This record gives sequence, C-alpha cells and structure tokens, in this order.
Amino acid sequence: MMNTRQAGVAATLAGAGLALGGLALGALLMGRDKRRHEHPDSAPGYTARRGFGEYAVTGRSVTINKPRSEIFRFFRDFQNLPTFMENLEAVEPKGDGRNVWKIRGPLDRVFEVETEIVREEQDELIAWRSVDGSQIRTEGRLKLREAPGDRGTQVQLIIAYKPPAGEAGRLIAKLFQREPAVQARHDLKRLKMLLETGEIATSARRRDETRAAKQENH
Amino acid sequence: MRALTWHGTHDVRVETVDDPEIVNPRDAIIRVTSTAICGSDLHLYNGVIPGMQAGDILGHEFMGEVVETGSASTLRKGQRVVVPFPIACGACFFCNRQEFSCCDNSNPVEKQDATELLYGHAMAGIFGYSHLTGGYAGGQAEYVRVPFSDVGPLVVPDHLDDDRVLFLSDILPTGWMAADNAQIEPEDTVAVWGCGPVGLFAVQSALVMGAARVIAIDHHPRRLELARGLGAEVINFRESHVLEALMEMTGGLGVDCAIDAVGMEGHGFALDNMFDTLKQKVGVGADRAHVLREVILAVRKGGRVSVPGVYGGLADKFPTGAMMEKGLQIRTGQTHVHRYIKDLLARIEDGALDTTFLISHRLPLEEAAEGYRQFRDNQNEWTKVVLKTGHSVAGASARGEAGTAV
Ligand SMILES: NC(=O)c1ccc[n+]([C@@H]2O[C@H](COP(=O)([O-])OP(=O)(O)OC[C@H]3O[C@@H](n4cnc5c(N)ncnc54)[C@H](O)[C@@H]3O)[C@@H](O)[C@H]2O)c1
Ligand SMILES: [Zn+2]
Ligand SMILES: [Zn+2]
Repeated sequence: MMNTRQAGVAATLAGAGLALGGLALGALLMGRDKRRHEHPDSAPGYTARRGFGEYAVTGRSVTINKPRSEIFRFFRDFQNLPTFMENLEAVEPKGDGRNVWKIRGPLDRVFEVETEIVREEQDELIAWRSVDGSQIRTEGRLKLREAPGDRGTQVQLIIAYKPPAGEAGRLIAKLFQREPAVQARHDLKRLKMLLETGEIATSARRRDETRAAKQENH
Repeated sequence: MRALTWHGTHDVRVETVDDPEIVNPRDAIIRVTSTAICGSDLHLYNGVIPGMQAGDILGHEFMGEVVETGSASTLRKGQRVVVPFPIACGACFFCNRQEFSCCDNSNPVEKQDATELLYGHAMAGIFGYSHLTGGYAGGQAEYVRVPFSDVGPLVVPDHLDDDRVLFLSDILPTGWMAADNAQIEPEDTVAVWGCGPVGLFAVQSALVMGAARVIAIDHHPRRLELARGLGAEVINFRESHVLEALMEMTGGLGVDCAIDAVGMEGHGFALDNMFDTLKQKVGVGADRAHVLREVILAVRKGGRVSVPGVYGGLADKFPTGAMMEKGLQIRTGQTHVHRYIKDLLARIEDGALDTTFLISHRLPLEEAAEGYRQFRDNQNEWTKVVLKTGHSVAGASARGEAGTAV
C-alpha cells in the first residue's frame, strides 16, 4: 500500500507527465497506432483496452465553460498551475519556455523537474517535456478544442511515461500505477471550478479544515 | 453551536460542534431560525444511503438570517433568506440550463469519484446529505456555511413568517417539479404514490397546473385525509388493490401521469418488496423499487412518469419490458430548486399555494432526535416536523408553542 504522500507524488508526477525524452508522443497519444489496432476507431488512443507496451499513457478531458483563449492564457502561465494542481508547490519560470516544477514528495521532500515547452499553438496546444538530464523525465500536453454549441472548450490533458531504470525508478513506477488518471481528472476539475466559479469547492466548515490547509500543516 | 449529527443507523444526536466560518469568497454564514426534517433525512436515518460518516451534520431544509458574508457574496448582513438544498455555482453548463442539481462545480473534486463510479457522473453538492453529494454540513444546526451564496439563497419578505416560506428550500419546489415533470395536460388524470410532504405538494401542484383529477395513494389515513383536503381522490393500499383500482377508476385506460413520491423505502408486503427489503438490510446500494415498478405498470400506454422519490443505488426485477414497450416518458431528479423558487414565492404571497397545512409538529432543535424517531415511526400523525433554533423565538410563538402538535 502506498501512503497518501507517496500517492501524492506519484499523482503529481503524473499530472506533470512523466515520460522518456524523445518518445514520439504524436501517434501514441493522439490516435490509434495503426500497427497495433486492426480496426482503428475514433476513440482517443489512451482509452485503448490494449496497453502501450512499456509506456504508461493516461489522458483526461473536461469541458470548461470559458473561451479557449482565456484557458490557454491561464494555463500558459505555468505559475498558475499550483492553484489547481494539488501536489505542485510552485513553478519557477526560467525564461525561454523553461520552468522548474517543485513537486511535494514523501517525507516533505520536494522534487524538482525542469521542463521546456516543445510545442505551442496559440489557443490550441501546449506540450512540454523534461529537459535532458533531469532527475525525473516528464512529458505532457494540453489540448483545447471548441465544444459544440454553448458548452465552452474541451480541455484534454495527456500524459505519457515510461518507468526509468533502477531502484528509484521502480519505486516511482510503483507509485504511478494507481493514481495518475485520478490525479489528472482531479486537477482538471479543479481548473474548471477555478475558471468557471472563481473558487474551488470544499465542504470544509472551517478554514483550517480544507485540503490545502491540511497539506500545509503537514 | 448546537447541531444534529449522524452517528449511524437510527442514531442521531444534538451535540456541540465548532461554528462554521467563511471559507471561500462566495460563502455566507446563515444563522438558522427554522429547519425541517425531510423524507430524504429518513433515508439517512435508516442507513440506506451510502457515503455517510459519523459526526455529519444533517439537514437540507433551512432558512435564517445572514450574519457573515465572504468578499464575493452578494448578500447583506441581516437579510432573511431561504436556502435551496442543492448547492449550485450558477456558471456551469448545467446551471446555465437551469439544471441546478446537476451543477458540475459544487461537489468537491475528491468526493466525486465514488459517484462517478456508481452513476457515471457526479451530482451537485447537497447540504446535510451523503459524502457522495459533497458531505456538506447541513442546516439542522444553529449556523450553516452556505457556498455560492450569490446564487442560491432567496431573500424573503418579512411579512411572510418562517413556516410559510421554509419549504421553498426543498419540498414545495420538489412537489412542483414532480408535477412539472409529469407534463400535465388538461383533462389528465394524475396518480401520486406517497402522501408525505413531497406527495402532498405534488398533489397540490398538479391541481394548480390543471390536472382534471388527482388520485393519491398511501396507507396512513391522516396523510390520505390531507390529500383529500387538497381535492384528490385517494386509494389506501392496505384496503384496495392499487393497480386494479387505478384501472377501474380510469375506465380501463390507466392514468395519464404517474408520480413516484415514495422512493427507495416503499412499504408493503408484495413479494418483490420483501426481497428488496432483505437485500437492503444486507448491503447498501440495493434499492427497494416496489413503487417504481407499480408506477410503470399503472401508467397508461404512452404515459408520463415522474420520479421525485429518491433512489440511490441499484434495483433488480425492474420492468424493462413494460418501460420500453409502453412508449413511456420518464423524468427524474433531485429538484432544481433555484429554477422554481421565485415563482413559488409569488404564489405563496398570492395565497395560491398553502404551505403550512401539512406541519404537524414544531420542536426545538434540542429535541431533533425525537423528531426523527416520531417522523419515522408515527408517520400517520407526524406529517411534517419543523425544528426551531434558539434564534427563532418570534417565529415559534407566532404559531403556537414549540413542541405542541397543531
Ligand atoms: N427529488 C428531490 O429533490 C426530493 C426532495 C425531497 C424529498 N425527496 C424524496 O421524496 C420521497 C418522499 O419524501 P417525503 O418527505 O414525502 O417522505 P415521507 O417518508 O414523509 O413520505 C413517504 C410516504 O410514502 C408512503 N408510502 C410508502 N410505501 C408506499 C406505497 N407502496 N404506495 C404508496 N405510498 C407509499 C408512506 O406511507 C409515506 O407517507 C423520499 O424518497 C424523499 O427522499 C426527493
Ligand atoms: Zn428534503
Ligand atoms: Zn453549476
């Protein structure tokens, strides 16, 4: 069993997306790999019943009742991410599309991952990847699509990761197995709440009982 | 403050707990003057709704005075408000469609997982109910934290005393939506299962909406009398065969609209109900669907079914054949209270709707546990229990001493 802390770091790494640099995300994430699927359908690649071999791929969508440009602007400023990504302590911009993500880990350890933006299409797509030599290698992308009618914007977050080698890798891999999809879903829903309502719903009756407050007191 | 807390099946207690605070900018704190016990609370009391935790503060029908406001609340201190039981953000896709009990943003993210698994989607947050709907502390308490206070609470005029407007929080709009969902047409005959508060308000609403006849079904004579007093014909299911009686009373056609205002704890000794009761006792998630089955069999071909009665899990022996072959329309849901309350307040002011006829008992909040016991065990006499907090002396004395049946 993982404790919550471990689950937390796994989840956040997932939120950040952990993958091997150089992995060709395109085909893997966006559509079915034609060689592996005899009868490709319209479903996103990550909903496939068959796995991706050694790669773990997860993706989540949420519809946010805001224009694409507003969501893009908010997400593109990575310093906003900790407001809805629960286990992210801070993101420090290094300029040139580079950011250092500070992720809360077990035993109050903070993991740092430096990422670079590898692709950006205004109001449509942001993709990032850990820089060469990072302790943790991550890769992910956010995709925005106009939803039908007055539904706003379909926001899709996709993450791929391959467990790194070694003892630490095995630990991280273990942590990853359960939580990434859940954490991605939670983070996206918090983003939706924040953008649509200006706050994140909580049933806490007192300020020191919210999840954020409890996390800080640990 | 004092509050009614849940500790397990048939175990509720009035205890002292910390006062609530403003947590989010759009919050307000309400000092409760009146609150009520609902049939939905009985499902929690009887332990048939999953996702309860010891210490949860119950109550989703409440009103009171604004005593504190967050920076983004539009309420003002001192305003007298009735609070809708579903919590809605007012900004999401569903709120924009006036489907407030489907709000996407009021159920805390980490509480949505279980409901998604059970229902495919998470529902809105609800005060004083299961953690499947957010685990928000409820209104059978002296104070309540009300999120999205710029969207839900309705300011009510001072000349209408608490008892006349309290039920805008739930059962009045619930009875109204039950009738609305039955899409009543002139000359329609409407059957309503259950003469609890929801059924009674459904009867009254159906008549206001122009139903030619309403037939109300229950087994408690006093509750049936209340329905008759509103203008309904009645069937006592202990005295008569319901399906046969409905067919005969409609010349063999069947009723045009059928409303299930009973939900997952229907009474009766039909075989299906006894199996369901057994299953409900051994595990959560198993609903007693006896009334819903009867409703689907009773409604005429091409008829309309409305289900305000609460079901929480799964049922089997469900008449899928009748449901499909008869060409029915079925509408359901927790009430979109916000959609209806302004209009209903106007109807109360006009005197078009009577909202106090069903109140049988007024108790101080301190005696809430007794209120639960009686409302469950003596349904015939205890038709609706209103609880008064220490803040509501004026409201209580205006209508007789608290604690006496009226
Ligand atoms: N949809 C909503 O938003 C909403 C809101 C409030 C209440 N509810 C639900 O509505 C239902 C009724 O609420 P209430 O406050 O009136 O509860 P209640 O318990 O006071 O009334 C239920 C009535 O149904 C009667 N009944 C039981 N078995 C029956 C049968 N086989 N045939 C006919 N009548 C039968 C009972 O005798 C009782 O009078 C509950 O399920 C409650 O949870 C739903
Ligand atoms: Zn209720
Ligand atoms: Zn909403």
